Amino acid sequence: MEFSFLNELPKIVWMLIGIVAFLGVIGLLLVVIDVPRTRRDRWQAFLFLAPALILLVGGLVYPALRTTYLSFHDRSGDEFVGLANYLWMFQRPEILLVLRNTLLWVLFAPVLSTAIGLVYAVLVDRSRFEPVAKSLVFMPMAISFVGASIIWRFVFAYRPADQEQYGLFNQIVVWFGGEPRLWLLEQPLNTFLLIMVLIWVQAGFAMVVLSAAIKAIPAEINEAARIDGAGPIQLFWRITLPSVWPTVLVVLITITVQTLKVFDIVRTMTGGNYGTSVIANEMYSQAFSQGQIGQGSALAVFLFVLVVPLVVLQIRRTRKARELS
Amino acid sequence: MTSTPTVVPDPGLVDARRPGPAARVRRRLSGTAASLAALVIAVLWTLPTAGLFISSFRPADQIRTTGWWTFFASPEVTLDNYRDVLFGTASDGRLATHFVNSFVITLPATVFVLGVAALAAYALAWIDFRGRDWLFLGIFALQIVPLQMSLVPLLRFFSQGVSVGGLQVLPAWELSGAMAFTNVWVAHTIFGLPLGVFLLHNFISQLPRTLFEAARVDGAGHGRIFVRIVLPLIAPALVSLGIFQFLWVWNDLLVALIFTGGDTATAPLTVRLAELAGTRGEAWHRLTAGAFVSMIVPLAVFFLLQRYFVRGLLAGSVKG
Repeated sequence: MEFSFLNELPKIVWMLIGIVAFLGVIGLLLVVIDVPRTRRDRWQAFLFLAPALILLVGGLVYPALRTTYLSFHDRSGDEFVGLANYLWMFQRPEILLVLRNTLLWVLFAPVLSTAIGLVYAVLVDRSRFEPVAKSLVFMPMAISFVGASIIWRFVFAYRPADQEQYGLFNQIVVWFGGEPRLWLLEQPLNTFLLIMVLIWVQAGFAMVVLSAAIKAIPAEINEAARIDGAGPIQLFWRITLPSVWPTVLVVLITITVQTLKVFDIVRTMTGGNYGTSVIANEMYSQAFSQGQIGQGSALAVFLFVLVVPLVVLQIRRTRKARELS
Repeated sequence: MTSTPTVVPDPGLVDARRPGPAARVRRRLSGTAASLAALVIAVLWTLPTAGLFISSFRPADQIRTTGWWTFFASPEVTLDNYRDVLFGTASDGRLATHFVNSFVITLPATVFVLGVAALAAYALAWIDFRGRDWLFLGIFALQIVPLQMSLVPLLRFFSQGVSVGGLQVLPAWELSGAMAFTNVWVAHTIFGLPLGVFLLHNFISQLPRTLFEAARVDGAGHGRIFVRIVLPLIAPALVSLGIFQFLWVWNDLLVALIFTGGDTATAPLTVRLAELAGTRGEAWHRLTAGAFVSMIVPLAVFFLLQRYFVRGLLAGSVKG
């Protein structure tokens, strides 16, 4: 069957119907809101909030409670099994490996992305090429994790030693007299290679946010320090870093939350095989590939428990950073 | 957070006050080292993408046998990879179909979030009712919940409906054909809402109070005020949030994987590409071109609307 645009038409029509219907409902809602002459604020507020509340309660609050409930039940969801799913998580060696991998991700990805982003922001700050230089590093932010993973799989592509390499990484290894290898199969190195992909994506985010913070440092402070004879290195440690420190923490926590939930990179790079799985990937495999609803739910709840303190910290930090700026 | 560029001091002026040529040499050296370090990072961040991009235009047999860096020695350009991966047989990917799917998923999911979030944000900012602050805090707190927490029950809701004690309260959504996209729209809208309400609330609550008082005195109701006054004023915030949601939905893999049920008819580009990478990991002529097909729209949005994108980023971090 050839590709033909006619086959695609029903989807586009349905999309337009969906959008028009949505706008129609909203429009009707707004008309209804203004109809009653009494105009009770409470009633109007309810109508404004109704769509969001229905979606959030039905799609997030109730499901989250339900997932917590399921995490204490067996795969069918009927039989109460107590903490069995959680004990399973901390006893099975393959799941312990998943937890260890997640720990490695959290230890390396946020710190390195933030550090690289900060250093780069400082280096290109006020240079002639600043806009272009920033775009180059920021660009991976726009690319999907799937796209980024394909880019990096190509870098690590492998050919046997007697053939010409087309993966850049193995070619460099060969140029330096080494043997080409299947890098993504080498444990535990492969986990670090996957972490690198996330760093590659997130450094741009860190760079943009920190660059804005650097530009907010009053010019007089920098100038005064320079007149006092501070070199660029001193300037960085004594002035720049302390000034942007609150923002650094916000960026670190934001990337940590992202890192905990990383799924796409693992899925596309290795499919979670060769000892590279992480919590979010394992949750998907358990709940959706293997039908282990209870165990998958327990992993989701564990992820939630890990994220909560970070977000609480994040809110405090953001508030502090706002007050300072 | 302000990002207005501060005044750059004239380097000549500062230098004139600095004594000793040694210090100047040292500064120039460290300047060179700094430029070099920046260059290394920039190259590391660009080269992998450039390699894939160049490869996507090379003939398939060359991609299979030589590295993309040999392209400059014997440049040979073809669009065959793109033609195959877009319009070829189903096993080649036929990404044109999935390109349409990505659009059909992303546009409504973006419009829905903007509309629902703007309504909620207005009420939370400008209508007085009891428990308002608690409600706002509650919605804000929902940003914490990883979407993994709701996947299983939400999927069950779409496939089996709601039943209380054996009594079917809501039927299953047995949507077929093009209508099956509705599940993904609703799922993405739900996951985008907490951040959306938060961002728009920040913006709407900063509008001047006098604006609303004047309109109320003139007899306008909340609905009218929302359409006539609030919506035009928050257009920049809507654009920022819209870009975020658009990129997020377009680039998402997990939600699409689950709520399109792995069905090729509704799968977006990301799902199909991940599939191709899994089953045909060495078919690089398809993967290189396919990856760029999936990137072209986000990159265009990114480069054309970078200003709004950065503004949104600085206003409220990233969702997930």
